[in-house]
Amino acid sequence: MNKLQKNIGYYIILFLIPTVLGYVIFSLLPMLSAFYLSFTSWDIIGGAPEWIGLKNYVDIFKSDEFYRVFKNTLKFIVIYIPMIMISSSCLALLFDAKVKGIAGFRILLFIPVLTSWVAGSIIWRSALNGQYGLVNNILALIGIDGPGWLTDPSWSMISIVMVSVWKDIGFFSLIIFGGLRGIDKKMYEAAEIDGANKLQIIKNITLPLVSPTLFFVLIITIINSFQLFPQVMVMTGGGPLGSTQVLVERIYVYGFRYFNMGYATALSIILLGVIVSVTVLQWILQKKWVFYE
Amino acid sequence: MKKLLGLVLTVIAVVTLSACGGESDVTEVDFLNYSSNGGQEETLAAMVAAFETENPDIKVNIETLGYDDYFTQLAIRVAGNQAPDVFELNIENFRAYADKGAISEIDTSEVDVSNIHPTTLDAFKIGDKQYGLPTKFSNVVLIYNKDLFDDAGVSYPTANWTWDEELVAAQAISALGDDIFGVFRPIQTWEFYKTVVQNGGSMMNAAQTEFTLNSDENVEALEMMIARVNDTNVTPTAEQLGGMGDWDLFLSGRLGMIVTGIWAFGTFADDANFDWDIQVEPGITQKATHFFSDAVVVSESSNEQEAAAKFAAFLAGSEEAALLRANANWDLPVALTDEVKAAYLAITPPENKAAVFDSLDSLVMPPSLEKFGEVADDLQSFLDRAIAGEITAQEALDQAQALIAEKYN
Repeated sequence: MNKLQKNIGYYIILFLIPTVLGYVIFSLLPMLSAFYLSFTSWDIIGGAPEWIGLKNYVDIFKSDEFYRVFKNTLKFIVIYIPMIMISSSCLALLFDAKVKGIAGFRILLFIPVLTSWVAGSIIWRSALNGQYGLVNNILALIGIDGPGWLTDPSWSMISIVMVSVWKDIGFFSLIIFGGLRGIDKKMYEAAEIDGANKLQIIKNITLPLVSPTLFFVLIITIINSFQLFPQVMVMTGGGPLGSTQVLVERIYVYGFRYFNMGYATALSIILLGVIVSVTVLQWILQKKWVFYE
Repeated sequence: MKKLLGLVLTVIAVVTLSACGGESDVTEVDFLNYSSNGGQEETLAAMVAAFETENPDIKVNIETLGYDDYFTQLAIRVAGNQAPDVFELNIENFRAYADKGAISEIDTSEVDVSNIHPTTLDAFKIGDKQYGLPTKFSNVVLIYNKDLFDDAGVSYPTANWTWDEELVAAQAISALGDDIFGVFRPIQTWEFYKTVVQNGGSMMNAAQTEFTLNSDENVEALEMMIARVNDTNVTPTAEQLGGMGDWDLFLSGRLGMIVTGIWAFGTFADDANFDWDIQVEPGITQKATHFFSDAVVVSESSNEQEAAAKFAAFLAGSEEAALLRANANWDLPVALTDEVKAAYLAITPPENKAAVFDSLDSLVMPPSLEKFGEVADDLQSFLDRAIAGEITAQEALDQAQALIAEKYN
């Protein structure tokens, strides 16, 4: 045993220090201080934070705004999750089906993923303009009088969902495609020999074997949905009539427009709690549908 | 070993000496601002140069940020004890900084403020203490497209106009075409608090202890504002506007009148390809005009209070700085000496620039509340629902009154 091997433990610690230090300074400490600040009335410019106990949390749960905003977030989730899951799964199956020219299509679909959220949102904001936008002009060609996508409260959240699907579909279909690629082709052959049809194969072989990937996608998309922010900020700013106000948008407004950091951090702790509990719930429920080989 | 020690000592000696050398008689003052951003950086540099010539013992370091980032950056610096010695605040944020003790009182007996317009000086006073010195101010006027008035065959606005005459003209201009509109005023809190004063109302009682949002005068004023959009449609709806900015609509030649700030003059002079002029804004039962102002303040934590106050006073009250500002067409300087006024009036269009000074007789300010930004957003949510026709003006203001009085009183 040489010197290096003898002291391997020390070397591991030594090489971990930069990463751990970075994590502690830039992630853990801010998180802990946010937790502390959520019990204060800190307003940034007024000096040291003042301890006010649970007041921020009580105020949040007593306000109508919180429930309205939470409902908006749920509305986004209820429309977005099925749309992104189904459309990216279908696309992944298409990718896997060795259609001619599919590789080029895959690249095209992936371009929005590489686009910055702000740039994409600015483009969509003008394309979805009720009066002069590209979308309504095209709809007018086929005789449809398009709505004010971002100015009509009954359409605004749907518009946000559609743009989010446009942005995310390339990424998630690629991930699911990766899952499909990992399935042993012999299974399909065996099923075909046994006389199973296409639908039976998808239901009994593809879906169970790709379910860990779908589970991963589901967790990531739900976390992303709760953290919905840039597209809302750029495209609607929370309007019209507050119909696209969501949790993170409120956190930003309270923190950086009203400088009410205590309230904003309390909101973000609640958001953390919601995300953790939804994720834990999913872990528990996964036993019923996720299949590990 | 001895050699090394010698080297170390030498290095220490050199460093110490050079550090002492840097500490000459020149006092350095850091100045953070946003208003020179986007075109007036050189004017500000000229003002600072003039100040440094007069005060060779003070050196000013300018730092300029864009408006969008400014207040976040400033708050973080103040929180981190890195506040600049002198910084800029607008009237909306002034109150919060003063209340939190982040800025220090400026002793007006020590510096020259004699040139400064009294209304603007008072705006940055709390009690009898002066916490900021205004540098420039602006108000809102009626800007009109002369060509559209000629086409519609109506006579130009006069200083005596009320909303009635304005509506008649606006309807005549709207009749010129489907996509031509008579007048534009946004329906938002900032417009609301002024318009209710034009109708004899107000957002709060005189002592600013209670909200009076749903008074009869206020409801009537809001009804008039909304009727312009939804009934007579002389003002475009959000759909008709289709995301176009109000200035762009005016510049496109499809808007007869726009009620907007005098900071639009530069853009309109450059980009409008039609004749335009200005008039004092029409009132309802009385005149009322917005007042906006930027001030320079001295940080409480500054080690150079005296030099900082001296520099602030120069930017605010000296005729020299005011002339530089007026000649650069950079808002209205608060040091309105005759010479500064003449320099300001000399730059046209608009021809009737005197209307800017006439408007100074009827300035109104938003309620001086630390949380006015939040109040404004809350009220806005009710105004939006009233514009959308979901609730009446009366209901909107009743509900706003109930919520805001409970939340902020």
